[in-house]
Amino acid sequence: MNGRIIRAIARKDWQEVRQNKMAWMPMLIVPVIICVLIPLLVIVGPTALNMPVEELTRGQDMDELLASLPPVVQEQIGGMNDHQALIFFLLAFTFAPMFLILPIMTASIIGSDSFVGEKERKTMESLLYTPATDRDLFLGKMVAAVIPAVGVSWATFAVYALILNGLGGPVMGRVWFPTPTWWPLILWVTPAVAVMGMLGAVLISARVSTFMEAYQATGLLVLPVILLLVAQVGGVVYLDVGTTLLVGLVIWLVDAALLWGSLRLFNRAMLVGGERK
Amino acid sequence: MTHAIQVDSLSRTFGSLQAVNVVSFTVEPGEVFGLLGPNGAGKTTLVRLLNGVLAATGGSARVLGCDPMTQGDAIRARTGVLTEQPALYERLTARDNLRFFGTMYGVAEAELPGRVDDLLAAFDLAARADDRVGGFSKGMKQRLALARTLIHQPELLFFDEPTAGLDPEAARSVTELIESLSRERGRTVFLCTHNLDEAQRLCNRVGVINQGRLLAVGAPAQLAHELWQGTWVDITLRTAPTPALLERLRGLPGVGQIQADGAALAIQIEADSRTPELVAGVVAAGGEIMRVAAREHSLEEIYFTLQGGAA
Repeated sequence: MNGRIIRAIARKDWQEVRQNKMAWMPMLIVPVIICVLIPLLVIVGPTALNMPVEELTRGQDMDELLASLPPVVQEQIGGMNDHQALIFFLLAFTFAPMFLILPIMTASIIGSDSFVGEKERKTMESLLYTPATDRDLFLGKMVAAVIPAVGVSWATFAVYALILNGLGGPVMGRVWFPTPTWWPLILWVTPAVAVMGMLGAVLISARVSTFMEAYQATGLLVLPVILLLVAQVGGVVYLDVGTTLLVGLVIWLVDAALLWGSLRLFNRAMLVGGERK
Repeated sequence: MTHAIQVDSLSRTFGSLQAVNVVSFTVEPGEVFGLLGPNGAGKTTLVRLLNGVLAATGGSARVLGCDPMTQGDAIRARTGVLTEQPALYERLTARDNLRFFGTMYGVAEAELPGRVDDLLAAFDLAARADDRVGGFSKGMKQRLALARTLIHQPELLFFDEPTAGLDPEAARSVTELIESLSRERGRTVFLCTHNLDEAQRLCNRVGVINQGRLLAVGAPAQLAHELWQGTWVDITLRTAPTPALLERLRGLPGVGQIQADGAALAIQIEADSRTPELVAGVVAAGGEIMRVAAREHSLEEIYFTLQGGAA
């Protein structure tokens, strides 16, 4: 394994992504929606729009939803007023699995650009004629996708926490975020999900020929995250610290299997396949 | 002597398609070897096989003493490949492209900036070094791709259609560079092309390939000798030859066919060395010679004769 080559590939891929608006725009827009717009809407929205929170939360549906939450969450919400409960429920509880969209999306976009994008732009062949081993090429591209994905997620999380405490602190009456579940979610699950997004992009990239095809296909990778979100809101799964650690472990195991498969699949012949002249 | 490239019965199939079909040849150190063939003949596949990018399905090869099947990384460290497409990172600058490939080829970090600057200057790209490659003309991109090919000072160079799509001026500068790499710097060059003028000018030996099969290998003169038995000499007389003169010429040793068209004669002799005897014979028989020329077959004639035979 050649660290210099891996770093060079990662740096080059990231330089290229920064120049590709179609690749980085979603990476900018989604974090802004997640960490700025949604918290603003939930925390400041009711006051700014002159809609009393009690009006929003009143009614049988909301009561039923809150009643379906795990007892431990109900206990946390128990002493809160309606606005506090809404902020906690939406931004700390519901949003936890949804946040995972970010690393998976970022890693899969960079991964797609890195593999299919190079084939599409016909730059892959010059890379394949270098003495870098197949494994170094793969690892370089993996680092190029995973590190920015984790970086973007962590930066978004930091901004999200600042906004939730900055704007939500006065409503909640204290510095209240992150809740304990978020720490393993960010430190343990987020890198695992980023690796999964990247490996998924590699597997998809082997079967498509354009960045747009890969980009669309990698959209399917967020389905498990959506399922997790539905399961959590539906009361099937509750992401407490223990469950989050377990979910992370499962994802890391899936990653290991995908990595094994990708390393077997990834070779020079695969990347020039069909380009015979 | 160790061959720069030795290929024995090398084959590669893609499904039912035989892309390279039991090909054998050698390339000697320092020579320019041309692989001539139409698009789809298997030239690029052969380059990929020799660099260990693709695995062969049959036969064997040695490149700079290494086996491409198992030592592809070692081979690629010592070869430079110019692909038909410049294959540059268009969103990066010229300098960043060269730095990246220098790193990939293992050029020492301390040496890299100097080497990049030297190549940018040598290829007349210094003024645009920090511009994105996407804005370059095709000729500039090809020059940069050539600079990339040389960044690690490879011993063996593969050029795949190096002048395809270039204007005549850019094509000439590329051809001159290949010439200088071989003649002045002693590099071995493996040139894939269907540009026969380029091959005629550059190559010591050529191989003609079609549908994955190597039809012939050798120096152009040798191939011509094999294709057209003996040598033809064109002689122009002052007047049309008499039947008696033609009869005397047929009796000369080493003379084969004679074709007469007015005062022009085309005479087949078994070897170049028979030319003085032939000229003396014509004069002795009363012929007044105005002009004598040994007929040379162009690479184009050789190529089309071989390709025609393969069709």
